[in-house]
Amino acid sequence: MTATTAPTLSPSTAAAPTKAPAGDVLLDVVNLQTYFFTRQGLVKAVDGVSFQLKRGETLAIVGESGCGKSITALSLLRLIPDPPGRIVGGSITLDGRNLIDLSEEEMRRVRGNDISMIFQEPMTSLNPVMTIGDQIAEVVRLHQSVSKAEALKKAEDMLRIVRIPVPEQRVKEYPHQLSGGMRQRAMIAIALACSPKVLIADEPTTALDVTIQAQILDLIVNLQKTLGTAVILITHDLGVVAETAERVIVMYAGRKVEEAGVVELFGNPLHPYTKGLLNSIPRLDLMRGVEEAAPRLQEIPGIVPALTSLPKGCAFAPRCPLAEDKCQSEYPPYLEKSPGHWAACWRSDAVSGGRNHG
Amino acid sequence: MAVIDHNAELNKAGANVTGTWSSFKYFCRRYPLGAAGGVICILFVLIALFAPLLTGYDPTSTNARSSLAKPGGAHLLGADFMGRDMWARIIYGARISLIVGIGSTVLGCLLGVIVGLTSGYFGGWYDLIVQRLSDIMQSLPLLVMALVMAASLGPSMTNTIIAIAIPTIPSVARVIRSNTLQLREMPYVEAARAVGMTEIQIAFRHVLPNTMAPLIVLGTAKLGSAILTEASLSFLGLGIPEPHPSWGRMLSESAAEYVRTAPWLVIFPGIAISLAVFGSNLLGDAVRDMLDPRQRT
Amino acid sequence: MGVYILRRFALMLLTLFGMSVLIFLLLRVFLHGNIADILFESAGLVNPAEKKKIEVELGLDKPYIWQYWQWISGLLRGDLGYAYVSEKPAWDEIAPRLPITAKLAGLALFFSVLLGVPLGVISAVRQNTALDYFLRVVSLSGLSLPSFWLGLLILMFFVNYFGWIPIYSRAPTGFWQEIGLLAIPAAAVGFRASSLIMRLTRSSMLEVLRQDYIRTARSKGASKNTVNYNHALRNAVLPVITIISIEAAFLIGGLIVTETVFNIPGVARFLVEAIRWRDYPIVQNLVMFIALVTVVINFLTDMAYAFLDPRIKYD
Repeated sequence: MTATTAPTLSPSTAAAPTKAPAGDVLLDVVNLQTYFFTRQGLVKAVDGVSFQLKRGETLAIVGESGCGKSITALSLLRLIPDPPGRIVGGSITLDGRNLIDLSEEEMRRVRGNDISMIFQEPMTSLNPVMTIGDQIAEVVRLHQSVSKAEALKKAEDMLRIVRIPVPEQRVKEYPHQLSGGMRQRAMIAIALACSPKVLIADEPTTALDVTIQAQILDLIVNLQKTLGTAVILITHDLGVVAETAERVIVMYAGRKVEEAGVVELFGNPLHPYTKGLLNSIPRLDLMRGVEEAAPRLQEIPGIVPALTSLPKGCAFAPRCPLAEDKCQSEYPPYLEKSPGHWAACWRSDAVSGGRNHG
Repeated sequence: MAVIDHNAELNKAGANVTGTWSSFKYFCRRYPLGAAGGVICILFVLIALFAPLLTGYDPTSTNARSSLAKPGGAHLLGADFMGRDMWARIIYGARISLIVGIGSTVLGCLLGVIVGLTSGYFGGWYDLIVQRLSDIMQSLPLLVMALVMAASLGPSMTNTIIAIAIPTIPSVARVIRSNTLQLREMPYVEAARAVGMTEIQIAFRHVLPNTMAPLIVLGTAKLGSAILTEASLSFLGLGIPEPHPSWGRMLSESAAEYVRTAPWLVIFPGIAISLAVFGSNLLGDAVRDMLDPRQRT
Repeated sequence: MGVYILRRFALMLLTLFGMSVLIFLLLRVFLHGNIADILFESAGLVNPAEKKKIEVELGLDKPYIWQYWQWISGLLRGDLGYAYVSEKPAWDEIAPRLPITAKLAGLALFFSVLLGVPLGVISAVRQNTALDYFLRVVSLSGLSLPSFWLGLLILMFFVNYFGWIPIYSRAPTGFWQEIGLLAIPAAAVGFRASSLIMRLTRSSMLEVLRQDYIRTARSKGASKNTVNYNHALRNAVLPVITIISIEAAFLIGGLIVTETVFNIPGVARFLVEAIRWRDYPIVQNLVMFIALVTVVINFLTDMAYAFLDPRIKYD
């Protein structure tokens, strides 16, 4: 074995093509409802969310803090803290099995093995008193019957795959000895060690420096191509979405408000909230030179409503520049406004296409 | 999947709680142990307050004929070797324990807050010196420190209160200080400064009210140990002097000699101490769970 | 890491120095009475010349700084002064009592850790179940019982059911006999201490279980046991070491009253006796000794913590 041979993860991934075929539906979420029963009242954190994830696809879930995207992800792995949260309805079907019906023991075998997750805070998400190698080896030994030595070897290979330099040394180090970017890579190594079918990345770059962000995203995209893993990318950063996703779901106050392919969404948003998000991105190319003033940053006025007191009708109506009486009184249906492009809005036609150019 | 009753779950979580009565009921349901502790504490306070109504005997009057009388009959809980009625001594002893316990806790917490607030707020040399002094005082266990203070001051009720209060100051100051340091960095304090409030105004309007919660937690936690320390000091003969009836001293007077012949002398004062401390500890735990869930024990 | 050790050590010395000043202030400068008069009276002396001798020996005519220096330099030399009441050098009174207290303390600590740590872990892992509530009530009542009362109850039990009082009356003849004699009072002290350890272990465990890396472990598919024992416990153990040093302070108080109840001729009971005799110079020395023990234990646990926590070790 020469140093130039990239380590393979498993026989199936070695045969996988560089771009997984759009094809079979891998994960089918139907009407997922996750509610929190708190002292302040009922919080419908995820209220009837459905989507499908195909093999090898990258799906982005976008929205502001508190819109329910992280809860959706945790629901997929059934890691919702109970109390106060419960999955009260819906189904999550992975390869024909409804994950909600599984026993805890069966669900454990899914976690880390069929579906993996990486979290936002690499600083605190790694056990400070275990070496990096042990933490990666652990997930391998949890799901495959290999010896400790083999698992550690695999850990080293994984570190190499996630492009951590000098992996044979890093394997023996503790998390506090690694930088933030390297810790996130280590998390990715843990998540992908058992070649899962789905990787959920919950704000993987938010806590990292901008330069490191690009590297990590790049890594995720590359690994995904090599391994054929489907990725659910959760973020509030539309820039990240543009670079990595194929399809996008926009969530607001616990529900989907728009869904489309990434190009279509950016080019032709059909929901005022999406439009607002797109307009909030500062764009240097709109500055026409030193003499002319740059256009003002546009923001969406107001704040996300408290999930314990959602308004009747469209949840976005109070902040929406296009809202009418109907929007305040009736919740708009979620319809396919054009092929592959869905939105829940009474005024989709009025949402002008693309970004504002000045 | 099983059907979930939303309302039942919400009620369990304590939603739908409005008004003082339902808040009180919620507290009792969520913290049953704490509620029980509160009841016990209130009971002791009532006993202490209404002592003369609960017994006709004078706790300090001796009566050689009743010496070592068994419980029952004329003496509800028996009498000690000097013929003093045990029931009366226990009831009036509640007064002593509460006065000393509450007094020393309040004194210690008050001084501790002042020290901790100023130390955390103003920092600098003052803070450094206070911290080193706290380290030094905390390098002795509470009982030893109280013993030394009691020895230094001489036996009296006031001195016992002081002897117990002073050693509690460092631990109170430490908690209040770290709380103050946190609060000082809060955005609303910055904002207050930005609109021109003086430091003193900020200290009183913003920092002090937010210090209440940890203070209450500390106070209720320390009350139990204050009562226990007084009992220990009196047991060792260095706390409350004659003629005041102190539960701890009652136990030392009876000690090993009467263990076989007059067990009621040993059992009842001990139950009184344990119950009082138990009640305040239960209450203290629940108060802490409610106000500062991060510190749950 | 070497710097860390040195810093802690210097701090320890500073604390001891400060403590000695405080003790001196309390028991000499601010004492409620003249020390010479007090000692004269409690030693039962009558000859005024004796009082003059005491005054000279303690340097009472000299400034306080001189007296302080005399005391401290004596301590550092190993000269603990003279016990006026018992008419012996202080060292002769203290030395034979030390090993007894040490054995009692060791037994109590052993017992309390053995009982407290596992129960605390179980209580945290099964949070809010009936077992948890039960254990919490038990530990709380353990903390509420005065240890001297527990000691008295134990005596009462033994006297009434076995007709025998487990008081340390004769010097024991062998090691195991001594352990047997100390076991019961050690249990009395240890019970209260184990309650404290149990509560602190429980809260440490709960704190750890709230951390992000526990969520990561669960997302890997780790079982509840793996999460609790491999991940959480390893992190919760570190603060438990600190807990043991808090425990030591706690234990000392318990030893004082328990040695008194069971009549054990140890250093802790001697402290009380010395205070009763009003032999304050000896009390000064004893309290310094207790402070020394406490501070050294804190230092050692800091060292143990530094050794076990990779975050400090590899810095």
